[in-house]
Amino acid sequence: MKSKANMWKIIVYLILVILAVLSILPFYWMITTSFKTPAESIAMPPTWFPKTLTTSAYETVLTKISFPRYMYISFVTSILTVAASLLTALLAAYAFSWIQFKGRDAIFMGILSLMMVPMPVYIIPLFLVVQRLGWLDTLHVMIIPWSVSIFSIFLLRQNMRTIPKDLYDAAIIDGCSRLRFLFQIIVPLIKPAITTTVIFEFISSWNSFMWPLMVINKDNLRPIQVGLAYFAQGETTNYPALMAASTLAILPLIILFFLAQKQIIESYARTGLRE
Amino acid sequence: MRQGKREFLYGMLFLLPAVVILLVFKVLPVLLAFDISFHEWGIAGDKGFVGLQNYIFLLKDRYFWQALWNTFLYTLFSVPLSIIISLFIAYLLNQNIKAVGFFRTIYFLPVVTSLVAVSVVWKWLYNPQRGLFNSILATLNLPTLKWLEEPRGIFEMITGADLPFLLEGPSLALFSLVILSVWKSLGYNIVIFIAGLKNISETYYEAAKIDGANQWQIVKNVMLPLLSPTTFYVLIMTTISSFQVFAPVWMMTGPPTGGPLGKTSVVIYYLFRKGYEEYQVGYGSAIAFIFFIIILAITLYQRKVTEKRVYYEV
Repeated sequence: MKSKANMWKIIVYLILVILAVLSILPFYWMITTSFKTPAESIAMPPTWFPKTLTTSAYETVLTKISFPRYMYISFVTSILTVAASLLTALLAAYAFSWIQFKGRDAIFMGILSLMMVPMPVYIIPLFLVVQRLGWLDTLHVMIIPWSVSIFSIFLLRQNMRTIPKDLYDAAIIDGCSRLRFLFQIIVPLIKPAITTTVIFEFISSWNSFMWPLMVINKDNLRPIQVGLAYFAQGETTNYPALMAASTLAILPLIILFFLAQKQIIESYARTGLRE
Repeated sequence: MRQGKREFLYGMLFLLPAVVILLVFKVLPVLLAFDISFHEWGIAGDKGFVGLQNYIFLLKDRYFWQALWNTFLYTLFSVPLSIIISLFIAYLLNQNIKAVGFFRTIYFLPVVTSLVAVSVVWKWLYNPQRGLFNSILATLNLPTLKWLEEPRGIFEMITGADLPFLLEGPSLALFSLVILSVWKSLGYNIVIFIAGLKNISETYYEAAKIDGANQWQIVKNVMLPLLSPTTFYVLIMTTISSFQVFAPVWMMTGPPTGGPLGKTSVVIYYLFRKGYEEYQVGYGSAIAFIFFIIILAITLYQRKVTEKRVYYEV
């Protein structure tokens, strides 16, 4: 009986390990290929570990192609998108949970129902709108249209509503302004929810592809995903360079993930179960 | 009264940024999409009202139907595969396993990475001449595959028979994209399932054990029914995101994109091609609207089922 239980345990671990290997394998292959010479990368049979370790692929990507520039653009647009969407969400969530006015709940439901419209539905007319505004090939075209996250508004409102009303009344009677109340009292109380929205917004902004692909033509304004996509289209044989470029494109998120993996995974788990 | 007016002003002021941005960059484009779908747009920006013409052309457009069919097959295979595997793994992780956190982290890694970058990597893995997958197959003395370049249906390849169209299954090219999507979404679904399993009280399992149920009966009659709200949520979310697949098709297939033989062309790619690359804005918007109706139907169905369940529990 005991050995049967042990057997079962071994099988379970075996399955888990196999899946872990499969999850990691593409990353392993990406990283090892990126340190190979072009000749070794296409050798048959392939080598599981580079015989001659070289960083020349990274040198190519970082110097001959404007990869540092792409990453800079991605950082700037992602950080500004996160900041803007956090600000608009905080203000809106505040109004929805603390300020009483006519039509408030109707507006809230209206905004929530917009969540049902996926981005591809309106991406072509949105392109026409920003084209009309003369925003093609600008930095802000990657930021302003995405500076409101309905999900963030929803999540922050849910959290603000758990704070007792007395706190608000007391603060306002004491002459605390609404903005000070929001930023000095509310924000520290809902920090976990704010972290969640920041993580989600940063990841989705960093990884956004279809929109910048449409609105950015100038090479020096391309974010990393679009830069990588064009590089991959043109470069079809230098595999170490392609893998080095891919590594760089996901590196910031991998670092972020390992720094805050607990918060990230829990954020996904919590919000996934909200219904 | 004065107080009420002030409150109203503050409310409006705080909502203003979010509402204005949503109106200009979401509501207006959605309304425009509907309007544009009844017009024909010339390159010069001139537009003429054409009524339902775009929709009628769309219904006769076999490339559109092919894209819709491919999207359907892609969803039909990637969603159940992802759910079954992730549920199974979540179940295993829930069995007093050591290092749960370690495994969870590893499985989650693909979730946070960009689809563009992993598409580049997987295209390399799938490379018929130099890719890792084929060299593994060759080492095992198995026949190598053309992966993303293979237009034949997977069931046709397995059985070796010339099957009727509906039974061919997805082309191996499309199925290669399915594998990528399962790999990418697995960690997310595992995390959601673990959270769902944690929500089930131990007492149910204890009670079933006392009644003499074996492990399989407990899974089938206790765990799965109690987990069904989570499963349903994952099902809908994975379906909706599968319907929107774009980046891997753009990055990995072809040339021409959507190949071989149009077997990996999907709805959003076709929308992008018509509405943006070929600048047939009216036609692209008609595709967008049909896509929207499909997504809306799925979402409303989810609402209905979820509400029913809540009502049932109360």
